Amino acid sequence: MSRQLPGMGVPSAEGTFAEEVKGRSLWVDAWNVLKRNRAAMLSACLIVFMAVLVVIGPWLSPYTYAQTDWDNISIGPDWASRHIFGTDALGRDLFVRTLHGGRISLMIGIVATMVSLIIGISYGATAGYLGGRVDHVMMRIVDILYAMPFMFFVILLMVFFGRNIILIFVAIGAINWLDMARIVRGQTLSLKRKEFVEAAEAQGVSTFNIIRRHIVPNLLGVVAVYVTLTIPQVILVESFLSFLGLGVQEPMTSWGALVNEGAQEMETAPWMLVFPAVFLATTLFCFNFVGDGLRDALDPKDR
Amino acid sequence: MLRYTLSRLLGAIPTLLILIALAFFMIRVAPGGPFDTERALPPEIEANLRAAYHLDEPLYQQFARYLGGLMRGDFGPSFQYKDFTVTELIGTGFPVSLRLGGSAILLALLIGVTVGTIAALRQNTRTDYTVMAVSMTGISIPNFVMAPLLILLFAVTLGWLPAGGWGGGAWNHMLLPVIALALPQVAYISRLTRGSMIEVLRSNFVRTARAQGLPERTVILRYALKPALLPVMSYLGPATAAVITGSVVIEQIFGVPGLGRYFVQGALNRDYTLVMGVVVFYGVLIILFNLVVDLFYAWLDPKVKY
Amino acid sequence: MSLLTVNRLNVRFHTPDGEVHAVRDLSFAMAAGETLGIVGESGSGKSQTMMAVMGLLAANGRVEGSVCYRGEELVGMPVAQLRAIRGRKISMIFQDPMTSMNPYMTVFDQMAQVLIHHEGLSRRAARSRCVEMLEAVRIPEAGRRIDMYPHEFSGGMRQRVMIASALLCRPDLLIADEPTTALDVTVQAQILDLMREVRREFGTAIILITHDLGVVAGLCERVLVMNGGQEMESGPVRDIFYRPQHLYTRALLAAVPRLDEQEIRRLATIEAAGGARAAANSLATEAGEAAAPGETVARSEPDPSAPPLLDVSDLRVHFRLTPPSLFAAAPLLKAVDGVDLVLRPGETLGVVGESGCGKSTLARAVLRLVPATTGRISLLGDDITTLDRLAMRTHRRDMQVIFQDPLASLNPRMTVGDIVAEPLHTHYPRTPRKEVRDRVSRMLTRVGLGPQIINRYPHEFSGGQCQRIGIARALVLEPELVVCDEPVSALDVSIQAQIVNLLMDIQAEMNLALIFIAHDLAVVRHISHRIMVMYLGRVAEISDRVALYERPMHPYTQALIRSVPIPDPDRERDKAYRPLQGDLPSPVDPPSGCAFRTRCPHVVARCAEEVPVLRQVGDSLVACHEAERVRAAIDRGEAA
Repeated sequence: MSRQLPGMGVPSAEGTFAEEVKGRSLWVDAWNVLKRNRAAMLSACLIVFMAVLVVIGPWLSPYTYAQTDWDNISIGPDWASRHIFGTDALGRDLFVRTLHGGRISLMIGIVATMVSLIIGISYGATAGYLGGRVDHVMMRIVDILYAMPFMFFVILLMVFFGRNIILIFVAIGAINWLDMARIVRGQTLSLKRKEFVEAAEAQGVSTFNIIRRHIVPNLLGVVAVYVTLTIPQVILVESFLSFLGLGVQEPMTSWGALVNEGAQEMETAPWMLVFPAVFLATTLFCFNFVGDGLRDALDPKDR
Repeated sequence: MLRYTLSRLLGAIPTLLILIALAFFMIRVAPGGPFDTERALPPEIEANLRAAYHLDEPLYQQFARYLGGLMRGDFGPSFQYKDFTVTELIGTGFPVSLRLGGSAILLALLIGVTVGTIAALRQNTRTDYTVMAVSMTGISIPNFVMAPLLILLFAVTLGWLPAGGWGGGAWNHMLLPVIALALPQVAYISRLTRGSMIEVLRSNFVRTARAQGLPERTVILRYALKPALLPVMSYLGPATAAVITGSVVIEQIFGVPGLGRYFVQGALNRDYTLVMGVVVFYGVLIILFNLVVDLFYAWLDPKVKY
Repeated sequence: MSLLTVNRLNVRFHTPDGEVHAVRDLSFAMAAGETLGIVGESGSGKSQTMMAVMGLLAANGRVEGSVCYRGEELVGMPVAQLRAIRGRKISMIFQDPMTSMNPYMTVFDQMAQVLIHHEGLSRRAARSRCVEMLEAVRIPEAGRRIDMYPHEFSGGMRQRVMIASALLCRPDLLIADEPTTALDVTVQAQILDLMREVRREFGTAIILITHDLGVVAGLCERVLVMNGGQEMESGPVRDIFYRPQHLYTRALLAAVPRLDEQEIRRLATIEAAGGARAAANSLATEAGEAAAPGETVARSEPDPSAPPLLDVSDLRVHFRLTPPSLFAAAPLLKAVDGVDLVLRPGETLGVVGESGCGKSTLARAVLRLVPATTGRISLLGDDITTLDRLAMRTHRRDMQVIFQDPLASLNPRMTVGDIVAEPLHTHYPRTPRKEVRDRVSRMLTRVGLGPQIINRYPHEFSGGQCQRIGIARALVLEPELVVCDEPVSALDVSIQAQIVNLLMDIQAEMNLALIFIAHDLAVVRHISHRIMVMYLGRVAEISDRVALYERPMHPYTQALIRSVPIPDPDRERDKAYRPLQGDLPSPVDPPSGCAFRTRCPHVVARCAEEVPVLRQVGDSLVACHEAERVRAAIDRGEAA
C-alpha cells in the first residue's frame, strides 16, 4: 500500500453533512414485521416468562426437587400444603420438579443447539465457500450421515455409555448439525454468487473481510430462524430419551422423564401427566411460533 | 432410468457399510457385556459362552462373520431370547410394526394433503388460520405426550377404546396408537402441502391456465397438484424415519408387540445381536425407502434425465 | 361496434403499506382486427390493465369502471361466464415463456385442455388441431415435438407454443404482455414476424404491451402511452412517433438511443422533460449536465498512438460442467474461446452478442474473477494473467466493475457510505476518517445522489439510484478502466438514459476507459467508440461504431443489426427483412468450423471445416471466410 491516494478529480461537495438521513436497516425492517405478528410476539413473551420461571420459580416453593414430603404422598394440586401442582408417588413436589425439569430441558435445548450451530456453521460455510471438489466430498458425507437412523444410535450411546448430561448434549448436537450445515452451505453458495460479493472481490477485498463483512452478516438472518426452530427439536429429542428412561438420572429430572412418570400413574394421578405435558407442549409451541414469525420477517423470499 | 437406478443403488452401498460398521463397533467398544449378570459366571463357562458366540475371535473376524451372515439374511442368534434367532424375532415383530407405521403414514398423507390443500385454497381465511393453528399444535405436542393423553381421554375416562395391547391387530386396538403416531406427521405434511400449494398457485403457469379459461377444478387437480406434492414426496423419507423412531415409544406405551419394543428391551439387556439386528434392519429399510422415494421423484419430474 | 371498450377503468391494490392505485381512469376502445400497442415503463399500470380485463387480478386487487367485450360487461361478470370468454374469445400470452408453461405436463396435454374445455373435443380430435396450430406457428416436426415437455424447447420455441395455444380457439383478441422481452433480439424478430403473420392469417386483433418503442413502431396501428397508471397520450402510430403531443411521450422517444441516427445526441431524461416521474426519483439530480437533451455531443476520441491500457490476447475460459450422470464424462463449456482485444485510455469498447455468447465471462476473466484457461491479459503493461490474490490486489484499484442488477450488487446489510468507502478502506487503510467521508460524499454528489444518504441502506433506493451507488463505488478510487456488465439492462428507458449520460460525462471528465457489455445494440452504439460482436465465445467482428452499423461485414452482425426494431414506424415497416432463423446452438456442443454456419444465409462448404480467423476487411476485423462476397451481396441487394 505504498501508493499515495490520488487527488480527487471530482469537485468538493458543499457541506451538507448536517442533513444526513438515518437509514432503515433490514434488521429494523424485520423487527417491524415481527412486531406486527401477534402470535409470535406473545410466544416470545411466554418463552421469556417460562425462562424466568424455571430459574427463580423453585426458590418460591418451600420444597426442593428431591425432598420427600411424607405427609403428602401422591396428592393432587393443593394450596393448603403449598403443593400447587400436587406431589408424585414419592411425595416430591411436582411444581418444583416441573420447573427443575424445565431448567434441564431448556438448558439442553440451548446448549445442544449451540453445539450443532458451531459444527453446522463451520462445516457448512467451509463447504459452501470453498466449493468444488471439497464441497462435493463434504456434502456427500452429510448425505451418508443423513441416511443413518440416528435416533437409534443415540439410544445405543445412552444405553452403553451411561446417562451423562454431556453425552446428551454431544449426541443431540451431533444429529442436528446436519440440517444446519446444509442450510448454511446453501446460503453461502448463493451468497458467493451474489454480485456484491463479486464486486468486493473485484475491489480486492481480502477473503477474511469478504467473509466478515459480506457473507456472515447476510447469513445471520437464516441462522437466527433455524436456531429458534432447532431449540424445540432438541428439547423434543431430549424429552424422548428421558421418556424412554435414557435421559437425565434420578433424582434430577426433565420434562420428558416427568411425562413418563406421569404416564405410568395417569389413572390414579393424572396431574402428574398433565402439568409437565402442558409445560413441554407450551414451550415447543412458543418456539415454533417465534421461529415461524422470524422466518416471515427475515426470509428474503418475501422481499 | 435403469442406469440411474443402478447408480443410485451403487451409491447406497457405502452408506450401508458405514451404518453396519458404526453399529457393530460401537456396541463392541461399549463397556459391559451380555453375560454381565447379578452374580458372576464361572470363568470357564463364560469362556465357553464367548466361544459359542464367536466373541473370542478378533474384532475384524467377527465383523466379517457378521457381514457374511447378513448376506444370507442371518442376523445371528439372540443373546437374551436364547431359543430364537434375531431373524425370527424381527420376523415376528416387524409385521406388527409395519402395520402400525404403514397405517400411520397413509393416514398422515391422506389427511395432511387434503387439509393442506384446503388451507392453501382458502389462504388467509378463518379456515386457513384454524388449520394452521391446529397443525402447529400437532407439531408441538410430541407423540409420547399425545399417546398417554389419548389413553387418558378415550380409554380411562370415556372407556371407548382399549388402553393397550395389540389384540391381534384389531381395529379398536390399532386406532389410538396409529393416531398418536400419525398426528405430528399430519401436522408437518399439511403445513408442507399448504406452503408449496400456495407457491404453485402463484406461479406463472397457473396464471396461464387460468387465462386460457380452464375451470378451477382442472387448474388445481391437473396443473397444480402434482408440482405441489413433490416436496411432500421428498418429505416421505424423513417421515418414515420419524414414524419408525416414534413407534419405539408408541409400542412401549400401548404394549404393542412390535420391533420397537424388542429394540428398547434389547438395548437395556445388552442383547448385542438383537440391537444390531434392529438397527441394521431399520437402517437398511430407511436407506432403501429413501432410494425408492428418490427414484419415484425422478420419475415424476420430466426434467431429471438419466 | 367496437371489439373491446374500456371505460374509466380503475384498479386498486390493498397492501400492508396502504392502497396502491395502479390504474387511474383509463379509457380506450379498439375495433376488430386492430393492433393496439400499450407502451409504458415498469409500474405504469399497463399489465394490470390487461389483468383486469381478463379478470385475473391478484386477490387484493379491486376493479372499478367498465370493460365491454362485444357489448358484454366483463367487470363483475361471474367467473364461470368469464371462463367461456378467456382463452376462447380473448387469449393472453405472457412475458416469460420459460415459466408460463407447466413443466410437468407435455405440450400436447396443456394444449389439449383448452380444446377439451372450450369446444368439448376428445383428446384424439384435439390432437390434430394442436399439431396443425403448432405447424402454423412454424414448430418443426410438430407431430413429434408435441409430446415433449416444455423444458425441451428453447425460449423462442416456447413462446411460439404459447402463441399456438392462445390461438387454438381462434380468438378475436390476443393480448400479448411483453412477449419478446425475455428473448434475444434475433428471436424477438422471429416472434414479431410470427405475430404479423397471425394477424394476417387469422384476422386476430392484438393488444401488445411493451416498454420497447421499436416493437410498437413496427407492429401496431394505434398506440396508447401510459405512465403512473394514467393515459398520457393515444393515437395512430405515426402521430405518436412523428407528432407526439404529450411531454412524456416526447421524453420517452428522446430517451432511447437509435440505431439509425448519425450523430450522438444527448439522451433525454424524464425529469428534464417535465418531471412526470420526478416524484419517484426526487433524490436523483442531474449534476454537471454537460449538454441539453437532444443536443449533439462531440465525443472525445481516444489517442490511437497512446500505449494500450488493456491488452488481451488469445484469451480462453473453459469450464468443466458437472457430468449429467455418474458414468458420463464432464462436458466442457468453452465460454470464451480465443479473444483478442486492445483498449486505449479514454476509449469505450462495446461488447455485444446474444445470451450465451460469452460476453459476461469475458468481463469476469478480464477482471480476474474467473481464471483464464489460456491466454494473456496485461493491464498498463503488466501481465496480470496469473498473479495471485495478493499481487493482484494492487492492480485492482486501476480496474473496477459495474454489474447488471443494481440491488444485488450492493450488500443489503451495509450502509451506502460503507459500501462506497469499502474500496478506500481496502486499498488505503490508513486514510483518515474525515478524508474517507469527504471523498465518499463528493463521489455520491458527483453521481447525482448527494451526501445526505450515507447512513441509508440499498433497499431504500430505486434501481436507478442503486446503480448510481454502484458507479460511485467503482469510481471512488479513480480507476483507469471500468468494466460495465449490462449496467442498464435492468432499468427503465428513462433511467437507462440517465445512467448512460452519467457514464459518458464521467468518462470525459476522468479519461476513463470502459468495456461496455450489453445486448442492446442501440445503447452500445450510442456509448462506444469501437464495438466487438461475439458469437459462441468467439469474436465475429470488431469495428468502429460508425463502420459497424453502416458497413457490417459479418453475416451475424448484419442479422443482429436488422433484428433491432427501430422506433420509427415508416423505416421499420420498410425494412424488407426475413429474420435470422433458428436458435443459438448450445455452447457446450458448438457446430464445427464457423460456429455461425448453422444459421448463416451465406454458408459454403468451407465453413463447416475451417474455423475462420479474424482478418482485416475494409475498416473492420472480421472472422468470416466469405466476408467480401457477403459484403458485395448486401451492397447489390441494397442498391436494387
